[in-house]
Amino acid sequence: MISRRAIYSLLMLAALGVLSLLLAVTVGSVSMSLSELSMAVAGRGDPLFGELVFSLRLPRALAAFATGGLLALAGALMQVLLRNPLADPYVLGISGGAAVGALASMLLGLGTAMVSGSAFAGALLSTLLVFGLAQGRGSWTPTRLLLTGVVIAAGWGAVITFMLSLSPADRLPGMLYWLMGDLSYARSPWLAWLVLIPVLVVTLPLGRSLNVLARGPLQAAALGVAVKPLAWLVYGLASLLTAVAVTTAGSVGFVGLIVPHMLRLVLGNDQRLILPASVMAGGALLTIADTLARTMMAPEQLPVGVITALLGVPTFLFLLYRSR
Amino acid sequence: MAILEASNLVVDIPGRAAGQPFSARILPGQRWGVLGPNGAGKSTLLHTLAGLRPPRSGQVLLDGDCLTQLRRRQLAQKLAVVFQERQDSFPATVRETVLIGRHPFLSPWQRETARDLRLANQAMEALSLGLLGDRLVSTLSGGERQRVAIATALTQQPAIWLADEPTNHLDLHHQVAVMELLHRQAEEGAAVFMCLHDLNLAARWCDHLLLLYPDGELCFGPAETMLVPAALERLYDQKLSVGNINGVPVFVPG
Repeated sequence: MISRRAIYSLLMLAALGVLSLLLAVTVGSVSMSLSELSMAVAGRGDPLFGELVFSLRLPRALAAFATGGLLALAGALMQVLLRNPLADPYVLGISGGAAVGALASMLLGLGTAMVSGSAFAGALLSTLLVFGLAQGRGSWTPTRLLLTGVVIAAGWGAVITFMLSLSPADRLPGMLYWLMGDLSYARSPWLAWLVLIPVLVVTLPLGRSLNVLARGPLQAAALGVAVKPLAWLVYGLASLLTAVAVTTAGSVGFVGLIVPHMLRLVLGNDQRLILPASVMAGGALLTIADTLARTMMAPEQLPVGVITALLGVPTFLFLLYRSR
Repeated sequence: MAILEASNLVVDIPGRAAGQPFSARILPGQRWGVLGPNGAGKSTLLHTLAGLRPPRSGQVLLDGDCLTQLRRRQLAQKLAVVFQERQDSFPATVRETVLIGRHPFLSPWQRETARDLRLANQAMEALSLGLLGDRLVSTLSGGERQRVAIATALTQQPAIWLADEPTNHLDLHHQVAVMELLHRQAEEGAAVFMCLHDLNLAARWCDHLLLLYPDGELCFGPAETMLVPAALERLYDQKLSVGNINGVPVFVPG
Protein backbone atom coordinates (compact mmCIF):
# COMPACT_ATOMS: atom_id res chain seq x y z
CA MET A 1 0.00 0.00 0.00
CA ILE A 2 1.61 3.16 -1.23
CA SER A 3 -0.31 5.80 0.58
CA ARG A 4 -1.39 8.89 -1.30
CA ARG A 5 0.39 10.92 1.32
CA ALA A 6 3.71 9.23 0.53
CA ILE A 7 3.40 9.95 -3.19
CA TYR A 8 2.36 13.51 -2.47
CA SER A 9 5.35 14.04 -0.16
CA LEU A 10 7.81 12.60 -2.66
CA LEU A 11 6.38 14.77 -5.45
CA MET A 12 6.65 17.84 -3.24
CA LEU A 13 10.28 17.03 -2.44
CA ALA A 14 11.07 16.37 -6.10
CA ALA A 15 9.59 19.75 -7.00
CA LEU A 16 11.65 21.34 -4.25
CA GLY A 17 14.75 19.65 -5.70
CA VAL A 18 14.06 21.01 -9.20
CA LEU A 19 13.40 24.46 -7.79
CA SER A 20 16.63 24.42 -5.83
CA LEU A 21 18.59 23.50 -8.97
CA LEU A 22 16.87 26.27 -10.99
CA LEU A 23 17.68 28.72 -8.25
CA ALA A 24 21.31 27.61 -8.13
CA VAL A 25 21.69 28.00 -11.88
CA THR A 26 20.03 31.38 -12.23
CA VAL A 27 21.23 33.23 -9.13
CA GLY A 28 24.71 34.60 -8.69
CA SER A 29 27.04 37.44 -9.63
CA VAL A 30 25.21 37.56 -12.94
CA SER A 31 21.54 36.71 -12.41
CA MET A 32 19.42 35.50 -15.28
CA SER A 33 15.72 35.16 -15.86
CA LEU A 34 14.02 31.88 -16.71
CA SER A 35 13.66 32.91 -20.35
CA GLU A 36 17.38 33.69 -20.53
CA LEU A 37 18.04 30.31 -18.95
CA SER A 38 15.88 28.48 -21.48
CA MET A 39 17.62 30.35 -24.31
CA ALA A 40 21.00 29.33 -22.90
CA VAL A 41 19.87 25.72 -22.59
CA ALA A 42 18.65 25.82 -26.19
CA GLY A 43 22.08 27.13 -27.21
CA ARG A 44 20.83 30.55 -28.26
CA GLY A 45 21.14 33.99 -26.74
CA ASP A 46 24.19 35.41 -24.98
CA PRO A 47 27.07 32.85 -25.09
CA LEU A 48 28.16 34.14 -21.68
CA PHE A 49 25.00 32.67 -20.16
CA GLY A 50 25.62 29.31 -21.81
CA GLU A 51 29.16 29.27 -20.48
CA LEU A 52 27.98 30.33 -17.04
CA VAL A 53 25.29 27.64 -16.87
CA PHE A 54 27.12 24.66 -18.32
CA SER A 55 30.70 25.18 -17.15
CA LEU A 56 30.23 26.84 -13.81
CA ARG A 57 26.85 26.80 -12.14
CA LEU A 58 25.26 23.55 -13.26
CA PRO A 59 28.24 21.30 -12.36
CA ARG A 60 28.49 22.96 -8.97
CA ALA A 61 24.74 22.75 -8.35
CA LEU A 62 24.69 19.09 -9.36
CA ALA A 63 27.65 18.40 -7.09
CA ALA A 64 25.87 20.15 -4.23
CA PHE A 65 22.68 18.19 -4.82
CA ALA A 66 24.45 14.85 -5.02
CA THR A 67 26.54 15.56 -1.93
CA GLY A 68 23.48 16.51 0.07
CA GLY A 69 21.74 13.36 -1.12
CA LEU A 70 24.73 11.18 -0.25
CA LEU A 71 25.04 12.62 3.24
CA ALA A 72 21.34 12.43 4.04
CA LEU A 73 21.08 8.86 2.77
CA ALA A 74 24.18 7.83 4.75
CA GLY A 75 22.72 9.42 7.87
CA ALA A 76 19.33 7.78 7.40
CA LEU A 77 20.92 4.35 6.97
CA MET A 78 23.18 4.68 9.99
CA GLN A 79 20.37 5.87 12.20
CA VAL A 80 18.30 2.79 11.40
CA LEU A 81 21.24 0.50 11.84
CA LEU A 82 22.21 1.91 15.22
CA ARG A 83 18.59 2.51 16.22
CA ASN A 84 19.71 5.91 17.30
CA PRO A 85 18.60 9.18 15.77
CA LEU A 86 21.95 10.70 16.79
CA ALA A 87 23.99 8.56 14.44
CA ASP A 88 25.44 10.17 11.35
CA PRO A 89 28.74 9.96 9.49
CA TYR A 90 30.11 12.94 11.40
CA VAL A 91 29.12 11.79 14.84
CA LEU A 92 30.60 8.35 14.11
CA GLY A 93 33.95 9.82 13.08
CA ILE A 94 33.83 8.57 9.51
CA SER A 95 34.10 11.99 7.97
CA GLY A 96 36.77 12.84 10.55
CA GLY A 97 38.86 10.02 9.12
CA ALA A 98 38.23 11.31 5.61
CA ALA A 99 39.25 14.82 6.66
CA VAL A 100 42.51 13.57 8.19
CA GLY A 101 43.30 11.69 4.99
CA ALA A 102 42.60 14.72 2.82
CA LEU A 103 44.45 17.19 5.05
CA ALA A 104 47.50 14.93 5.23
CA SER A 105 47.83 14.87 1.47
CA MET A 106 47.19 18.63 1.25
CA LEU A 107 49.91 19.14 3.85
CA LEU A 108 52.29 17.08 1.74
CA GLY A 109 51.36 19.22 -1.26
CA LEU A 110 49.92 16.34 -3.26
CA GLY A 111 47.49 16.84 -6.15
CA THR A 112 43.70 16.81 -6.17
CA ALA A 113 43.40 13.16 -7.13
CA MET A 114 45.54 12.16 -4.16
CA VAL A 115 43.48 14.34 -1.85
CA SER A 116 40.32 12.55 -2.98
CA GLY A 117 41.95 9.16 -2.77
CA SER A 118 43.27 9.63 0.73
CA ALA A 119 39.94 11.10 1.92
CA PHE A 120 38.32 7.91 0.70
CA ALA A 121 40.95 5.76 2.41
CA GLY A 122 40.52 7.74 5.61
CA ALA A 123 36.75 7.23 5.59
CA LEU A 124 37.06 3.48 5.08
CA LEU A 125 39.79 3.17 7.71
CA SER A 126 37.59 5.03 10.16
CA THR A 127 34.62 2.76 9.43
CA LEU A 128 36.68 -0.36 9.98
CA LEU A 129 38.14 1.10 13.15
CA VAL A 130 34.74 2.06 14.60
CA PHE A 131 32.97 -1.16 13.76
CA GLY A 132 35.96 -3.37 14.56
CA LEU A 133 36.48 -1.83 17.99
CA ALA A 134 32.79 -1.62 18.78
CA GLN A 135 32.31 -5.28 17.98
CA GLY A 136 35.19 -6.36 20.21
CA ARG A 137 34.46 -9.68 21.78
CA GLY A 138 30.77 -9.18 22.39
CA SER A 139 28.03 -8.22 20.01
CA TRP A 140 27.43 -4.70 18.76
CA THR A 141 25.27 -2.78 21.06
CA PRO A 142 24.14 0.45 19.49
CA THR A 143 25.30 2.50 22.46
CA ARG A 144 28.76 0.98 22.37
CA LEU A 145 29.03 1.61 18.65
CA LEU A 146 27.90 5.20 19.04
CA LEU A 147 30.29 5.78 21.93
CA THR A 148 33.21 4.29 19.99
CA GLY A 149 32.34 6.53 17.05
CA VAL A 150 32.14 9.64 19.21
CA VAL A 151 35.50 8.92 20.81
CA ILE A 152 37.15 8.21 17.46
CA ALA A 153 35.66 11.40 16.04
CA ALA A 154 37.20 13.30 18.95
CA GLY A 155 40.54 11.59 18.23
CA TRP A 156 40.42 12.61 14.57
CA GLY A 157 39.54 16.14 15.73
CA ALA A 158 42.78 16.27 17.73
CA VAL A 159 44.79 14.96 14.78
CA ILE A 160 43.21 17.64 12.56
CA THR A 161 44.11 20.41 15.00
CA PHE A 162 47.65 19.03 15.21
CA MET A 163 48.01 19.03 11.43
CA LEU A 164 46.58 22.51 11.13
CA SER A 165 49.07 23.83 13.64
CA LEU A 166 51.90 22.26 11.65
CA SER A 167 50.79 23.55 8.28
CA PRO A 168 52.32 26.59 6.61
CA ALA A 169 50.21 29.73 6.80
CA ASP A 170 49.56 29.96 3.08
CA ARG A 171 47.85 26.57 2.96
CA LEU A 172 45.68 27.21 6.02
CA PRO A 173 42.69 28.98 4.40
CA GLY A 174 42.17 26.22 1.82
CA MET A 175 42.40 23.54 4.48
CA LEU A 176 40.05 25.34 6.82
CA TYR A 177 37.50 25.88 4.09
CA TRP A 178 37.71 22.24 3.19
CA LEU A 179 37.16 21.26 6.82
CA MET A 180 34.02 23.34 6.97
CA GLY A 181 32.77 21.91 3.71
CA ASP A 182 33.11 23.88 0.52
CA LEU A 183 31.74 23.17 -2.91
CA SER A 184 33.89 25.68 -4.79
CA TYR A 185 36.46 22.93 -5.30
CA ALA A 186 33.86 20.49 -6.55
CA ARG A 187 34.77 20.33 -10.21
CA SER A 188 32.96 17.21 -11.31
CA PRO A 189 29.65 15.99 -9.92
CA TRP A 190 29.73 12.68 -11.77
CA LEU A 191 31.41 10.47 -9.20
CA ALA A 192 28.85 11.55 -6.61
CA TRP A 193 25.91 10.82 -8.91
CA LEU A 194 27.42 7.55 -10.07
CA VAL A 195 27.46 6.38 -6.47
CA LEU A 196 24.25 8.01 -5.26
CA ILE A 197 21.85 6.56 -7.84
CA PRO A 198 22.93 2.89 -7.65
CA VAL A 199 23.10 2.95 -3.86
CA LEU A 200 19.59 4.41 -3.67
CA VAL A 201 18.35 1.74 -6.07
CA VAL A 202 19.99 -0.97 -3.96
CA THR A 203 18.57 0.34 -0.68
CA LEU A 204 14.97 0.84 -1.86
CA PRO A 205 14.03 -2.87 -1.80
CA LEU A 206 15.73 -3.14 1.60
CA GLY A 207 13.32 -0.58 3.03
CA ARG A 208 10.94 -2.94 4.75
CA SER A 209 13.77 -5.08 6.11
CA LEU A 210 15.28 -1.91 7.54
CA ASN A 211 11.95 -1.05 9.14
CA VAL A 212 12.10 -4.43 10.86
CA LEU A 213 15.75 -3.98 11.78
CA ALA A 214 14.87 -0.71 13.49
CA ARG A 215 12.99 -2.83 16.04
CA GLY A 216 16.16 -4.53 17.19
CA PRO A 217 18.23 -7.40 15.84
CA LEU A 218 16.43 -10.17 17.74
CA GLN A 219 12.97 -9.08 16.66
CA ALA A 220 14.26 -8.62 13.11
CA ALA A 221 15.75 -12.12 13.04
CA ALA A 222 12.50 -13.55 14.39
CA LEU A 223 10.66 -11.84 11.53
CA GLY A 224 12.88 -13.39 8.91
CA VAL A 225 15.64 -10.82 8.38
CA ALA A 226 19.19 -12.12 7.94
CA VAL A 227 20.55 -9.52 10.33
CA LYS A 228 24.35 -9.84 10.03
CA PRO A 229 24.57 -9.70 6.21
CA LEU A 230 22.09 -6.83 6.09
CA ALA A 231 23.97 -4.89 8.77
CA TRP A 232 27.31 -5.30 7.01
CA LEU A 233 25.79 -4.29 3.68
CA VAL A 234 24.32 -1.15 5.18
CA TYR A 235 27.57 -0.24 6.98
CA GLY A 236 29.47 -0.69 3.74
CA LEU A 237 27.03 1.41 1.74
CA ALA A 238 26.89 4.16 4.36
CA SER A 239 30.69 4.48 4.47
CA LEU A 240 30.89 4.51 0.68
CA LEU A 241 28.31 7.30 0.58
CA THR A 242 30.18 9.29 3.22
CA ALA A 243 33.56 8.82 1.59
CA VAL A 244 32.25 10.05 -1.77
CA ALA A 245 30.47 13.00 -0.16
CA VAL A 246 33.61 14.07 1.71
CA THR A 247 35.71 13.61 -1.39
CA THR A 248 33.37 15.85 -3.37
CA ALA A 249 32.79 18.67 -0.94
CA GLY A 250 34.83 18.30 2.22
CA SER A 251 33.21 17.96 5.61
CA VAL A 252 29.71 19.32 5.32
CA GLY A 253 28.09 18.78 8.68
CA PHE A 254 24.49 18.52 9.81
CA VAL A 255 22.88 17.29 6.60
CA GLY A 256 23.12 13.60 7.54
CA LEU A 257 21.85 14.25 11.04
CA ILE A 258 19.12 16.77 10.41
CA VAL A 259 17.50 15.83 7.12
CA PRO A 260 16.41 12.25 7.98
CA HIS A 261 15.34 13.32 11.42
CA MET A 262 13.21 16.20 10.14
CA LEU A 263 11.61 13.90 7.58
CA ARG A 264 10.84 11.31 10.27
CA LEU A 265 9.14 13.91 12.39
CA VAL A 266 6.92 14.85 9.47
CA LEU A 267 6.53 11.61 7.48
CA GLY A 268 6.90 8.85 10.07
CA ASN A 269 9.55 6.16 10.00
CA ASP A 270 8.88 4.00 6.96
CA GLN A 271 12.31 3.64 5.33
CA ARG A 272 10.70 2.97 1.96
CA LEU A 273 9.61 6.60 2.08
CA ILE A 274 12.38 8.07 4.22
CA LEU A 275 15.32 6.90 2.11
CA PRO A 276 14.27 8.47 -1.22
CA ALA A 277 12.84 11.47 0.60
CA SER A 278 16.19 11.96 2.37
CA VAL A 279 18.04 12.00 -0.94
CA MET A 280 15.75 14.66 -2.37
CA ALA A 281 15.51 16.80 0.74
CA GLY A 282 19.24 16.53 1.46
CA GLY A 283 20.05 17.42 -2.14
CA ALA A 284 17.70 20.39 -2.17
CA LEU A 285 18.95 21.63 1.20
CA LEU A 286 22.60 21.55 0.20
CA THR A 287 21.90 23.12 -3.21
CA ILE A 288 20.03 26.00 -1.61
CA ALA A 289 22.67 26.34 1.10
CA ASP A 290 25.43 26.47 -1.49
CA THR A 291 23.57 29.10 -3.51
CA LEU A 292 23.28 31.18 -0.37
CA ALA A 293 26.96 30.58 0.39
CA ARG A 294 27.93 31.94 -3.03
CA THR A 295 25.66 34.93 -3.01
CA MET A 296 25.04 36.11 0.53
CA MET A 297 28.32 37.97 0.92
CA ALA A 298 29.34 38.07 -2.75
CA PRO A 299 31.98 38.34 -4.02
CA GLU A 300 33.13 36.56 -0.85
CA GLN A 301 32.19 32.88 -0.81
CA LEU A 302 31.29 31.25 2.47
CA PRO A 303 31.87 27.58 3.18
CA VAL A 304 28.57 25.79 2.67
CA GLY A 305 28.90 23.97 5.98
CA VAL A 306 28.37 27.27 7.79
CA ILE A 307 25.07 27.76 5.99
CA THR A 308 23.82 24.22 6.59
CA ALA A 309 24.52 24.64 10.27
CA LEU A 310 22.90 28.09 10.43
CA LEU A 311 19.82 26.83 8.59
CA GLY A 312 19.76 23.41 10.16
CA VAL A 313 20.11 24.12 13.84
CA PRO A 314 17.06 26.37 14.33
CA THR A 315 14.87 24.27 12.00
CA PHE A 316 15.85 21.14 13.83
CA LEU A 317 15.24 22.60 17.26
CA PHE A 318 11.87 23.96 16.16
CA LEU A 319 10.73 20.60 14.78
CA LEU A 320 12.00 18.74 17.80
CA TYR A 321 10.16 21.11 20.10
CA ARG A 322 6.93 20.74 18.13
CA SER A 323 7.14 16.97 17.74
CA ARG A 324 4.90 14.59 19.61
CA MET B 1 1.04 -27.41 10.80
CA ALA B 2 4.62 -27.85 11.77
CA ILE B 3 6.60 -29.83 14.28
CA LEU B 4 9.42 -28.35 16.31
CA GLU B 5 11.81 -30.87 17.73
CA ALA B 6 14.64 -30.52 20.21
CA SER B 7 17.23 -33.23 19.89
CA ASN B 8 19.71 -33.60 22.78
CA LEU B 9 19.55 -29.84 23.07
CA VAL B 10 21.81 -28.15 25.61
CA VAL B 11 21.44 -24.38 25.71
CA ASP B 12 24.51 -22.19 25.93
CA ILE B 13 24.54 -19.98 29.00
CA PRO B 14 28.01 -18.42 29.29
CA GLY B 15 29.80 -19.34 32.48
CA ARG B 16 27.34 -22.09 33.37
CA ALA B 17 27.98 -25.84 33.23
CA ALA B 18 26.03 -27.70 30.56
CA GLY B 19 22.59 -28.75 31.77
CA GLN B 20 20.69 -31.91 31.12
CA PRO B 21 19.98 -32.38 27.37
CA PHE B 22 16.40 -31.70 26.25
CA SER B 23 14.81 -33.95 23.65
CA ALA B 24 11.15 -33.52 22.82
CA ARG B 25 8.75 -32.97 19.97
CA ILE B 26 6.33 -30.08 20.19
CA LEU B 27 3.34 -31.23 18.17
CA PRO B 28 0.50 -29.30 16.55
CA GLY B 29 -2.28 -28.67 19.05
CA GLN B 30 -0.04 -28.90 22.09
CA ARG B 31 0.33 -26.10 24.59
CA TRP B 32 3.62 -26.26 26.43
CA GLY B 33 4.41 -24.22 29.49
CA VAL B 34 7.96 -23.72 30.74
CA LEU B 35 8.25 -23.15 34.47
CA GLY B 36 11.32 -22.29 36.46
CA PRO B 37 12.79 -19.72 38.81
CA ASN B 38 14.48 -16.53 37.61
CA GLY B 39 17.68 -17.24 35.74
CA ALA B 40 16.92 -20.92 35.13
CA GLY B 41 17.34 -20.33 31.39
CA LYS B 42 13.73 -20.20 30.21
CA SER B 43 14.27 -17.33 27.80
CA THR B 44 17.57 -18.76 26.61
CA LEU B 45 15.81 -22.04 25.82
CA LEU B 46 13.07 -20.19 23.97
CA HIS B 47 15.59 -18.19 21.92
CA THR B 48 17.56 -21.34 21.15
CA LEU B 49 14.41 -23.09 19.96
CA ALA B 50 13.75 -20.08 17.72
CA GLY B 51 17.24 -20.39 16.24
CA LEU B 52 18.22 -16.99 17.58
CA ARG B 53 21.09 -18.37 19.69
CA PRO B 54 23.35 -21.29 18.86
CA PRO B 55 22.99 -24.24 21.26
CA ARG B 56 26.03 -25.56 23.14
CA SER B 57 25.26 -28.99 21.74
CA GLY B 58 22.42 -30.84 20.10
CA GLN B 59 20.08 -29.33 17.56
CA VAL B 60 16.63 -27.99 16.89
CA LEU B 61 14.63 -29.33 13.96
CA LEU B 62 11.67 -27.77 12.21
CA ASP B 63 9.72 -30.41 10.28
CA GLY B 64 12.88 -32.51 10.24
CA ASP B 65 15.23 -29.76 9.00
CA CYS B 66 17.91 -28.45 11.30
CA LEU B 67 17.30 -24.75 11.98
CA THR B 68 20.84 -23.85 10.90
CA GLN B 69 19.99 -25.18 7.43
CA LEU B 70 16.96 -22.95 7.08
CA ARG B 71 16.89 -19.34 5.99
CA ARG B 72 15.50 -16.93 8.58
CA ARG B 73 12.71 -16.04 6.20
CA GLN B 74 11.55 -19.66 5.82
CA LEU B 75 11.69 -20.03 9.56
CA ALA B 76 9.69 -16.86 10.16
CA GLN B 77 6.94 -18.09 7.86
CA LYS B 78 6.23 -20.89 10.32
CA LEU B 79 7.44 -19.71 13.67
CA ALA B 80 6.70 -16.53 15.61
CA VAL B 81 8.43 -15.30 18.74
CA VAL B 82 6.91 -13.02 21.36
CA PHE B 83 9.80 -11.44 23.22
CA GLN B 84 9.86 -10.40 26.80
CA GLU B 85 11.81 -7.26 26.05
CA ARG B 86 11.15 -4.91 23.20
CA GLN B 87 13.00 -1.94 21.82
CA ASP B 88 11.22 0.87 20.13
CA SER B 89 13.77 3.58 19.47
CA PHE B 90 11.86 5.14 16.59
CA PRO B 91 8.25 6.25 16.76
CA ALA B 92 5.84 3.82 15.07
CA THR B 93 2.09 3.47 15.24
CA VAL B 94 0.35 0.37 16.55
CA ARG B 95 -0.91 -0.49 13.06
CA GLU B 96 2.57 -0.22 11.50
CA THR B 97 4.00 -2.38 14.26
CA VAL B 98 1.37 -5.09 13.93
CA LEU B 99 1.63 -5.06 10.13
CA ILE B 100 5.34 -5.84 10.35
CA GLY B 101 4.28 -9.42 11.15
CA ARG B 102 3.63 -9.86 7.42
CA HIS B 103 7.29 -9.16 6.62
CA PRO B 104 8.33 -12.81 6.14
CA PHE B 105 5.66 -13.30 3.50
CA LEU B 106 6.43 -10.29 1.31
CA SER B 107 9.15 -10.06 -1.33
CA PRO B 108 11.48 -7.03 -1.26
CA TRP B 109 9.63 -4.99 -3.87
CA GLN B 110 6.16 -5.96 -2.71
CA ARG B 111 3.98 -3.59 -0.72
CA GLU B 112 1.54 -4.85 1.90
CA THR B 113 -1.68 -5.97 0.23
CA ALA B 114 -5.27 -5.44 1.33
CA ARG B 115 -5.18 -8.95 2.77
CA ASP B 116 -2.15 -8.12 4.90
CA LEU B 117 -3.91 -5.05 6.21
CA ARG B 118 -7.00 -7.11 6.97
CA LEU B 119 -4.93 -9.67 8.91
CA ALA B 120 -3.34 -6.87 10.90
CA ASN B 121 -6.73 -5.33 11.64
CA GLN B 122 -8.14 -8.69 12.74
CA ALA B 123 -5.16 -9.23 15.04
CA MET B 124 -5.66 -5.78 16.55
CA GLU B 125 -9.34 -6.52 17.10
CA ALA B 126 -8.49 -9.88 18.69
CA LEU B 127 -6.31 -8.11 21.25
CA SER B 128 -8.71 -5.20 21.75
CA LEU B 129 -6.33 -2.76 20.13
CA GLY B 130 -8.85 -1.70 17.50
CA LEU B 131 -9.13 1.84 18.80
CA LEU B 132 -5.39 2.30 19.28
CA GLY B 133 -4.35 1.71 15.64
CA ASP B 134 -3.03 5.22 15.05
CA ARG B 135 -1.44 5.69 18.46
CA LEU B 136 2.34 5.67 18.78
CA VAL B 137 3.56 2.53 20.52
CA SER B 138 5.80 4.68 22.73
CA THR B 139 2.71 6.30 24.26
CA LEU B 140 1.11 2.99 25.30
CA SER B 141 1.15 1.32 28.69
CA GLY B 142 3.19 -1.80 29.35
CA GLY B 143 0.19 -4.11 29.02
CA GLU B 144 -0.94 -2.46 25.79
CA ARG B 145 2.53 -2.89 24.34
CA GLN B 146 2.47 -6.53 25.33
CA ARG B 147 -0.77 -6.93 23.39
CA VAL B 148 0.80 -5.17 20.39
CA ALA B 149 3.62 -7.74 20.47
CA ILE B 150 1.14 -10.62 20.56
CA ALA B 151 -0.92 -9.04 17.78
CA THR B 152 2.25 -8.79 15.67
CA ALA B 153 2.88 -12.50 16.15
CA LEU B 154 -0.76 -13.27 15.39
CA THR B 155 -0.45 -11.34 12.10
CA GLN B 156 2.43 -13.66 11.28
CA GLN B 157 -0.08 -16.59 11.39
CA PRO B 158 2.55 -18.95 12.78
CA ALA B 159 2.28 -22.71 12.99
CA ILE B 160 4.50 -22.51 16.06
CA TRP B 161 4.28 -19.90 18.79
CA LEU B 162 7.25 -19.30 21.04
CA ALA B 163 6.09 -16.82 23.65
CA ASP B 164 8.23 -15.49 26.48
CA GLU B 165 5.92 -14.53 29.35
CA PRO B 166 2.98 -13.62 27.08
CA THR B 167 0.95 -12.44 30.08
CA ASN B 168 3.58 -9.98 31.32
CA HIS B 169 2.08 -6.61 32.34
CA LEU B 170 -1.43 -7.79 31.46
CA ASP B 171 -4.41 -7.25 33.73
CA LEU B 172 -6.45 -10.30 34.78
CA HIS B 173 -8.97 -9.96 31.98
CA HIS B 174 -6.32 -9.68 29.29
CA GLN B 175 -4.28 -12.53 30.80
CA VAL B 176 -7.26 -14.79 30.29
CA ALA B 177 -8.00 -13.30 26.86
CA VAL B 178 -4.44 -13.98 25.69
CA MET B 179 -4.50 -17.52 27.09
CA GLU B 180 -7.83 -18.16 25.36
CA LEU B 181 -6.37 -16.82 22.13
CA LEU B 182 -3.37 -19.15 22.36
CA HIS B 183 -5.73 -21.99 23.24
CA ARG B 184 -7.78 -21.33 20.09
CA GLN B 185 -4.57 -21.17 18.05
CA ALA B 186 -3.66 -24.61 19.36
CA GLU B 187 -7.13 -25.95 18.58
CA GLU B 188 -6.68 -24.72 15.03
CA GLY B 189 -3.45 -26.71 14.76
CA ALA B 190 -0.70 -24.43 16.03
CA ALA B 191 1.87 -25.57 18.56
CA VAL B 192 2.33 -23.22 21.49
CA PHE B 193 5.43 -23.11 23.66
CA MET B 194 5.52 -20.44 26.34
CA CYS B 195 7.50 -19.45 29.38
CA LEU B 196 5.23 -18.63 32.30
CA HIS B 197 5.71 -17.31 35.78
CA ASP B 198 2.20 -17.94 36.97
CA LEU B 199 1.75 -21.56 38.08
CA ASN B 200 -2.01 -21.19 38.01
CA LEU B 201 -2.10 -20.02 34.41
CA ALA B 202 0.16 -22.94 33.53
CA ALA B 203 -2.07 -25.38 35.41
CA ARG B 204 -5.18 -24.11 33.70
CA TRP B 205 -4.00 -23.50 30.14
CA CYS B 206 -1.12 -25.84 29.38
CA ASP B 207 -1.31 -29.53 28.48
CA HIS B 208 2.46 -30.09 28.72
CA LEU B 209 4.85 -28.65 31.25
CA LEU B 210 8.62 -28.39 31.28
CA LEU B 211 10.26 -27.68 34.62
CA LEU B 212 13.69 -26.04 34.43
CA TYR B 213 15.72 -26.25 37.62
CA PRO B 214 18.48 -23.71 38.26
CA ASP B 215 21.14 -26.43 38.32
CA GLY B 216 20.36 -27.39 34.71
CA GLU B 217 18.21 -30.39 35.59
CA LEU B 218 14.89 -30.59 33.74
CA CYS B 219 11.82 -32.76 33.55
CA PHE B 220 8.71 -32.58 31.40
CA GLY B 221 5.51 -34.37 30.61
CA PRO B 222 1.74 -33.99 30.47
CA ALA B 223 0.59 -31.21 32.77
CA GLU B 224 -1.37 -33.39 35.20
CA THR B 225 1.71 -35.49 35.92
CA MET B 226 3.97 -32.48 36.41
CA LEU B 227 1.87 -30.48 38.86
CA VAL B 228 3.23 -32.32 41.88
CA PRO B 229 3.47 -29.91 44.84
CA ALA B 230 6.75 -31.40 46.08
CA ALA B 231 8.43 -30.96 42.68
CA LEU B 232 7.10 -27.42 42.30
CA GLU B 233 8.23 -26.52 45.83
CA ARG B 234 11.73 -27.73 44.98
CA LEU B 235 11.57 -25.85 41.66
CA TYR B 236 10.89 -22.48 43.25
CA ASP B 237 12.41 -23.23 46.66
CA GLN B 238 9.12 -22.04 48.11
CA LYS B 239 6.47 -23.73 50.26
CA LEU B 240 3.14 -24.00 48.41
CA SER B 241 -0.45 -24.54 49.51
CA VAL B 242 -2.65 -26.31 47.00
CA GLY B 243 -6.36 -25.81 46.60
CA ASN B 244 -8.77 -27.01 44.01
CA ILE B 245 -11.30 -24.94 42.12
CA ASN B 246 -13.56 -26.69 39.60
CA GLY B 247 -11.10 -29.53 39.25
CA VAL B 248 -8.13 -27.27 38.46
CA PRO B 249 -5.36 -27.14 41.06
CA VAL B 250 -4.61 -23.70 42.47
CA PHE B 251 -1.22 -22.94 43.98
CA VAL B 252 -0.67 -20.28 46.59
CA PRO B 253 2.68 -19.56 48.26
CA GLY B 254 2.63 -20.28 51.93
